[in-house]
Amino acid sequence: MSDPVSALKNISDDTGLVTISEIGPIGMITLRGDLSDKALVKAAVAAGGVNLPEQGHCNTQGTQGIAWMSPDELLIICAYADVQDRLADLREKLAGSHALVVNVSDARAVFDIKGDHAREVIAKLAPVDMHPDQFSGTMFRRTRFAQVPAAYWMPDGTSARIVCFRSVAQYMFDLLKTAAMPGSEVRHYA
Amino acid sequence: MSTRLATGGRLLNTAKPVNFTFNGKQLRGYEGDTLASALLANDQMLMGRSFKYHRPRGVVAAGPEEPNALVNLGREGRFEPNQRVTTTELFDGLEASSQNHWPSLEFDVGAINTHLSKFLPAGFYYKMFMYPRSFWKHVYEPFIRHSAGLGKAPKARDEDTYEHFHAYCDVLIVGGGVAGLEAARTAGRSGARVLLLEQTNHFGGRAPVDGGTVDGKPVDKFVEEILEELSQMENVQLRPRTMGAGVYDHGYVLGYEQLTDHAPAKAGPRHRLWRIRAGHVITATGAIERPLSFAGNDIPGVMLAGAMRDYLVNFGVSVGDRTVLVTNNDNAYLTAIALKHAGLDVPAILDARVLPQDSELVAQARALGIRILMGHAISSVKGGKRVTGVAICSQAGEGAVLEEIACDAVAMSGGWSPVVHLWSHCGGKLRWDSKRACFSPDVDNPPKGADGVGFVTTAGAASGMFPLDDVLHDAHAAADGVMTTLGFKMPRDISAPSATRREEAPLAPVWMMPNGASAKLREKTWLDYQNDVKVSDVRLAAQEGFVSVEHAKRYTTLGMATDQGKLSNINGLATLAGALDAEIPTVGTTTFRPPYHPISIGAIGGGARGATFQPLRRTPMHGWHDANGAEWEPVGQWRRPYAFKRGSESTHDAVMREVKNVRENLGLLDASTLGKIIVKGPDAGRFLDMLYTNMMSTLKPGKCRYGLMCNENGFLIDDGVVARVDEDTWLCHTTTGGAESIHAHMEEWLQTEWWDWQVYVANVTEQYAQIAVVGPNARQALERLGGMDVSKETLGFMDWADGTLGGYPCRVYRISFSGELSYEIAVDASHGQALWDALMALGADLGVMPYGTEALHILRAEKGFIMIGDETDGTVIPQDLGLNWAISKKKEDYLGKRAQARSHMTDPERWQLVGLETTDGSTLPDGAYAVGEGTNDNGQRNTIGRVTSSYHSPNLNKGIAMGLVLHGPDRMGEVISFPGVDGKVYEARIVDPVFYDKDGEKQNV
Amino acid sequence: MLTIHCPNCGVTAEETEFHAHGEAHLKRFGPGSSEDEFEGYLFMRKNPKGVHFERWRHQYGCGKWFHVARCTMTLEVFGSYSAQTVEPPQEIIDAIQDRRPDFAAGPAR
Repeated sequence: MSDPVSALKNISDDTGLVTISEIGPIGMITLRGDLSDKALVKAAVAAGGVNLPEQGHCNTQGTQGIAWMSPDELLIICAYADVQDRLADLREKLAGSHALVVNVSDARAVFDIKGDHAREVIAKLAPVDMHPDQFSGTMFRRTRFAQVPAAYWMPDGTSARIVCFRSVAQYMFDLLKTAAMPGSEVRHYA
Repeated sequence: MSTRLATGGRLLNTAKPVNFTFNGKQLRGYEGDTLASALLANDQMLMGRSFKYHRPRGVVAAGPEEPNALVNLGREGRFEPNQRVTTTELFDGLEASSQNHWPSLEFDVGAINTHLSKFLPAGFYYKMFMYPRSFWKHVYEPFIRHSAGLGKAPKARDEDTYEHFHAYCDVLIVGGGVAGLEAARTAGRSGARVLLLEQTNHFGGRAPVDGGTVDGKPVDKFVEEILEELSQMENVQLRPRTMGAGVYDHGYVLGYEQLTDHAPAKAGPRHRLWRIRAGHVITATGAIERPLSFAGNDIPGVMLAGAMRDYLVNFGVSVGDRTVLVTNNDNAYLTAIALKHAGLDVPAILDARVLPQDSELVAQARALGIRILMGHAISSVKGGKRVTGVAICSQAGEGAVLEEIACDAVAMSGGWSPVVHLWSHCGGKLRWDSKRACFSPDVDNPPKGADGVGFVTTAGAASGMFPLDDVLHDAHAAADGVMTTLGFKMPRDISAPSATRREEAPLAPVWMMPNGASAKLREKTWLDYQNDVKVSDVRLAAQEGFVSVEHAKRYTTLGMATDQGKLSNINGLATLAGALDAEIPTVGTTTFRPPYHPISIGAIGGGARGATFQPLRRTPMHGWHDANGAEWEPVGQWRRPYAFKRGSESTHDAVMREVKNVRENLGLLDASTLGKIIVKGPDAGRFLDMLYTNMMSTLKPGKCRYGLMCNENGFLIDDGVVARVDEDTWLCHTTTGGAESIHAHMEEWLQTEWWDWQVYVANVTEQYAQIAVVGPNARQALERLGGMDVSKETLGFMDWADGTLGGYPCRVYRISFSGELSYEIAVDASHGQALWDALMALGADLGVMPYGTEALHILRAEKGFIMIGDETDGTVIPQDLGLNWAISKKKEDYLGKRAQARSHMTDPERWQLVGLETTDGSTLPDGAYAVGEGTNDNGQRNTIGRVTSSYHSPNLNKGIAMGLVLHGPDRMGEVISFPGVDGKVYEARIVDPVFYDKDGEKQNV
Repeated sequence: MLTIHCPNCGVTAEETEFHAHGEAHLKRFGPGSSEDEFEGYLFMRKNPKGVHFERWRHQYGCGKWFHVARCTMTLEVFGSYSAQTVEPPQEIIDAIQDRRPDFAAGPAR
């Protein structure tokens, strides 16, 4: 079997206000269930390697993490190579309860943008207040980037990790590149 | 003549000359000039022609309210018509040309219209172009199209780029004049996030031009200091060259930032549209001076008094050597005084008022030796392309000329109107201020936000406060009040700065000059300069019964030009009120709509152009298809290969080849776009039984079943194969277009109706690349890949199994949409291309070829399989399509069941699906209607059916079609007629819709 | 353009993240229902000038459905609440009556 291929084969661009890189593939598992169920939380924490995040947040550490997607949904993040093990482990632990565990690693494309203007680039595309006082820490936001759904968080103050559907990876890359066009600094948060 | 004075101007950098052209003529201005000031400095007073009469027009204002001086700017990919010279910053290499004239600006044939104006009155278009009806299309429309619009539409693709930006703030201040700055400083002290937008590239607005002192300092100094103070506030941001374009619900405001219009060589987007959410909006938008209505008030050289002052002070431009001032207020005296101080001649001030005693400014003017004629007015302005003099009269009379005064410019002032547009956009009401003769914001009726509380507050002149001291106090109080209401803590030790006050005599409302102007004078008295609406037109409209201001506006086109009546509206409705003998407030205003000033279409579109115009969805094998001759077909946002062309082959030939190859050898179809939705839970079976018309709960794990989905109206919305994965898990395939909508449909029912059912769904469409391997050699192909048993015994028709093929973990479904031996292989998307490559490389002896959507369609049509969107159109129920076999009779309920029991749904007259075969083997036109006996109430022939799918079948070598026909299944063998739009009548026989392999032997091997 | 609060994920965002789906608190009528009942369920929708209860979905966000009490005339929003309800909760009624004292809650259809 050949190596897995991400949507854009890890394309990157550093000609604009931020560096844009398609990364991955990254392991991602959708876990739906009762988030107040201790057994489920325990299984999720074991799979994600971090604590359960609060509503609207994500906890990440290295290649691992958990993002709060909705009141009955978590996104478990792990190395792509570990997905099958994590799936099996989660399914085993949750076998008796009403929960859904599905692999969505290949359904997604993931981008990193880095640079002082990362917040501005996002604010050009998403209807979100990206002021450092308003979007900070472990916040995790599901919204739209121009015309497609996306989710993102900021591992630090000048970089963001953006997740979208695989089929629109090229569109997302083009969006980010356009928003980061040289000379388009807004300096709104400076 | 208009010229540049040696004195320089406060916005001008005379050390930096700038070259530009106007109608090809090389001209020179300075950095800091607007195109208007630079043209005036070059004695270019004539700048355009009016819309209807092609009258010569010069610049009349100095800001965005300018109605006349519109030009074409730039060339080719940067050509833009209708640009205002007053808001265009001058830059080196600027190219401008005048518009709406032929053959030249100086000599224009269309100007003949001005002599025909008696025949082109209000409502001319409505009256003229009514009869005869036969002229509408070929005579009137070309004429109207020819005369419509001012500038020319650009032909080249726009070279520039544009973008949006989403911004949030506690307080948004629109306007960077002294009121806006003072409001920003006050609001900024609370620590709140403050954003201030200023449409020009300089702050301070008009106050520095009008002079006076603030806290003992000149206004310029005050502005400088406040800007310095604001630059120290990290929570306050000022955006120059950014106009507040519109105020919308819930504090949504559009800002329009012009980034490179003044410097086209600069990198980056040309315009940025700011999509702002503000907790509160303070509009410090200032005021606009009103013209006076006198005969000849449109002749180049007649200008607003304030604008003339702006050109003088800001740009060192004198509009004329001898300027007559005509006014109804004190403020305009500032212009006469400034002109006199600049060494220019002011032969007279005509003041429509009769003041009992001189006010401060009147006394100042008198002290400068200016002749002041109280109670006087202009009877008419003399001149053609340029003012040569004025005939003066008493304001009280009918215009009998008392004297003629030679002059080359006229400065006029009818008082000031607050810029209430942004206040009004979202519902703020106005009240009539009789003292200042203007509409000002009614503070008791502001636009209201999500919480039902007003979210816009005006500050300064926008509130109807004109003296500088009032402006500053109002702005301070406005910001202080807003911040306190928003819950911010305001420092109490600050107060508004104080400005010098001067005693002013009250304004006298003057709506017609002279008061009893004759009909002859009224016909030469302009209200709307751009659209050529005169006092006589509005009066005629009133006379003809257009008594509502909104009707009169549309009938006369008053205020409908690109300036949206910023100068003309108040005078126009006052004229209407006069004609109706009504009070101005009872006539009311027309509606203020965004944008305040035209914004570019590019800015509205933002980044959505070219590759990012709309999302284009690609499958994991998209690149391969593209490199291998795919002709693309858009399916929603997806692109699917329609056919794969080889060499010089036509598309039709490619499709025929692909269809035959599938039937004879082996075809590969990229089916990745089909929806795949996991449904899991203790109640999943029960849930699917509600969603599908047939029974899904009884499906055995390892098996597949074709299912139909209807909405509550009973109409068929989607179909696809459902596979049962395990005891409580199903996988539902949907159509390509249905993946998102059916997923949403499922969530809707689970969340809003059956929320106590234990079911989770997940859309895993994009997790998998799905490849259909189809044809007699399909099994061999999979066996060559190796890894799992795909024999008939182990993997029978409508079975599925997990396994590996060629080393790739996959799920194989033994399903067929072609009637051939067929497998659909789902593999993780990141291995999709690799598996596709492996299948393509299996060996020439299997005859593998990719095929596209058109071949797919023909293959399914040969088998009589329906396609959602072809056989269905949102009004078709499964029963219409002979699909009763897929509708469970046992179930008590499913979505659509009740609706399918309605009388119209059970009507035997509903058209039913049949096959259609032309008698001569030709292909029926898709969508053609069959005609029956008789005609309907409109005299049209009755229809008895229509074609839903039609193709040429290379396997049967004839045209095949499906259609819905009245009593169709009962009329087998009957021939019916389909008149085509090509004039031919197609005769087709009603047949069984299954054309190929009726017994299904081929798929069941 | 409205600002909407999603009670499911706690996000307050502009309307473009959401999608409106018409009147809330409809009672489904299926097989066995009368023609009138079914007609009412399928076609008859309130179109009030004033307070209205609507179904919304946080389309680009958490994907969840919820209800919004809103004034169709002034576009005031009185509150968002769970879609898993058959009638507006008391705190929503209170919020409405706070600003519209004349508003009568009335039975849900």
